[in-house]
Amino acid sequence: MIKIWSMKKNEDAAAKRRPKTSAAQIRVQKDLTELELSSTMKTHFPDPTDLLNFTLTITPDEGMYKGGAFVFSVNINTNYPHEPPKVKCTQTIYHPNVDLEGNVCLNILREDWKPVLNLNSVLVGLQYLFLEPNADDPLNKDAAEELRKNREQFIQNVKTSMRGGNMRGVQYDKVIVQ
Amino acid sequence: MATEEALSNGNETDWSDRYYHIDQILDKPGPRTDPSFLAGEEVKRFLRETCKILVIGAGGLGCEILANLALSGFKDIHVIDMDTIDISNLNRQFLFRPKDVGKSKAIVAAEFIMNRVPGVKVTPYFGRIQDKDEEYYMQFNLVICGLDSVEARRWINATLVHMVDPDEPESLKPLIDGGTEGFKGQARVILPTVTSCYECSLDMLNKQTAFPICTIANTPRLPEHCIEWASVLEWPRVFKDKKMDTDDPEHIGWLYKTASSRAKEFKIEGVTWSLTQGVVKNIIPAIASTNAIIAASCCNEAFKIATSSAAYLNNYFMLIGTDGVYSFTFEHQKRDDCPVCGGQAITVNVSKEWTLERLIEMLVEKQDVQIKKPSLATPKRQLYFQAPPQLEELTRPNLEKTLSELVDDGEYITVTASSLPFDLTLQVKYD
Ligand SMILES: [Zn+2]
Repeated sequence: MIKIWSMKKNEDAAAKRRPKTSAAQIRVQKDLTELELSSTMKTHFPDPTDLLNFTLTITPDEGMYKGGAFVFSVNINTNYPHEPPKVKCTQTIYHPNVDLEGNVCLNILREDWKPVLNLNSVLVGLQYLFLEPNADDPLNKDAAEELRKNREQFIQNVKTSMRGGNMRGVQYDKVIVQ
Repeated sequence: MATEEALSNGNETDWSDRYYHIDQILDKPGPRTDPSFLAGEEVKRFLRETCKILVIGAGGLGCEILANLALSGFKDIHVIDMDTIDISNLNRQFLFRPKDVGKSKAIVAAEFIMNRVPGVKVTPYFGRIQDKDEEYYMQFNLVICGLDSVEARRWINATLVHMVDPDEPESLKPLIDGGTEGFKGQARVILPTVTSCYECSLDMLNKQTAFPICTIANTPRLPEHCIEWASVLEWPRVFKDKKMDTDDPEHIGWLYKTASSRAKEFKIEGVTWSLTQGVVKNIIPAIASTNAIIAASCCNEAFKIATSSAAYLNNYFMLIGTDGVYSFTFEHQKRDDCPVCGGQAITVNVSKEWTLERLIEMLVEKQDVQIKKPSLATPKRQLYFQAPPQLEELTRPNLEKTLSELVDDGEYITVTASSLPFDLTLQVKYD
């Protein structure tokens, strides 16, 4: 066998052993403890010993979704950051980029995810969806259509849905907080 | 022609001249052999009697690797694979026959090699690499990986890096990693803690093809869009929390049916059973020739490392066979911020009576670390997190506790901080 050890002796950082904490776990620790949560974002860990599953509540303080509290589930698997976190809206909401099942159309959650991105990028991306709903990447086609055709009516619909209204046979969840 | 007597190991299968060609390399040093190379009987004895090698994966790459190793003189080979043989494997996984469908890949491959190459012992394990502990991996001189799973590779890489004990030279196990994707492939030599590791190069991986979810939902154009619609959007809508099992033919059948009706609606052609399976399992077509080249490269490195008969690969060989045959070899650099092999590790000698807060103050004051607002955790528990607020509040009471209540003697603490581009490992030793 080759003598690898002799090469190792020359390295000053040689003498160390590392804890058996998974790379995903370390990355999640780093990502979470460096989260820059503005006053409009809050995380909740149902089981605080489990860092991989939590919820994120966004309460926009401007834009047409102001006054609502939108709750997302965030699930990170052990292949993080090779794979992006799985994010779903837990409520039925009226939004062009969120469907009635809670799926979210945000490029960095799928096709544009890279390991250099982190949880902060995801949070910022989600927050942005509420400030600038985007009619070009629709998941809720009706909402996107309305936003494109009649912005005033769209804003009205958002208000109705946030109060827990029923539109076109869809019962929306009440998300208004006072 | 050399007429050499059979090696005196009492093994009648080593007929004379069995290894005639390989012995040309082992009988005398060449211009590029390592100074530690011991030509002749000694190196042959090591290779054929002592060296124990582990092959992880007995699939497309694994079949090639096992055959190559056995024929180049490795005689104590172990193989792990958790999979069973599928009929679709038979075109390239040449150790398997139609009668073997449904049986363990590791067991069938081991039997095949032992029948075909006399005197070689192949010990199979039908199960997961995660079933085995460090003591198991410690018995090998070398590990070769022929896997298609990023997750399994990250696991074995982290395990081997972690096993390196500064007081125990034998604990450093060279890892040779092969991987193929269609016409592309790579082979690399990882010397845990010495060279860059698998985790260091995670961002070099080809991205999995993912389609924008709104395209899938609204404007499908490809059969793949219809299949993703069925698996990403329809499955959770219809079955709620029921987990999809991509190995369950009933589940694939449902997806296939659902994707087909979607395709019909949008006049898209090309949704088939095998494409459905391919998309949901993220299968990239395996090419037998790519596997053969990469396996050959891996086994060549294993042979050179085991015998020191020639300089080994430093450290990354890339093959791109999509347009002609292009290959490129370079030294992938170790990353300082690699969560597996990077970072810094320091031992701190402290008193049992110290509080966690005092330890954190010491870290912040330490000139050579330059750390601000550190967060600390052991593999078992969070000690103190600066954020998010819920976890900060929950861990704050720990600040006043004594270290001995929280951390065992010799235990490791992972420290992260925004001012640190990497993570820091503290080993706590009590006075
Ligand atoms: Zn590394």
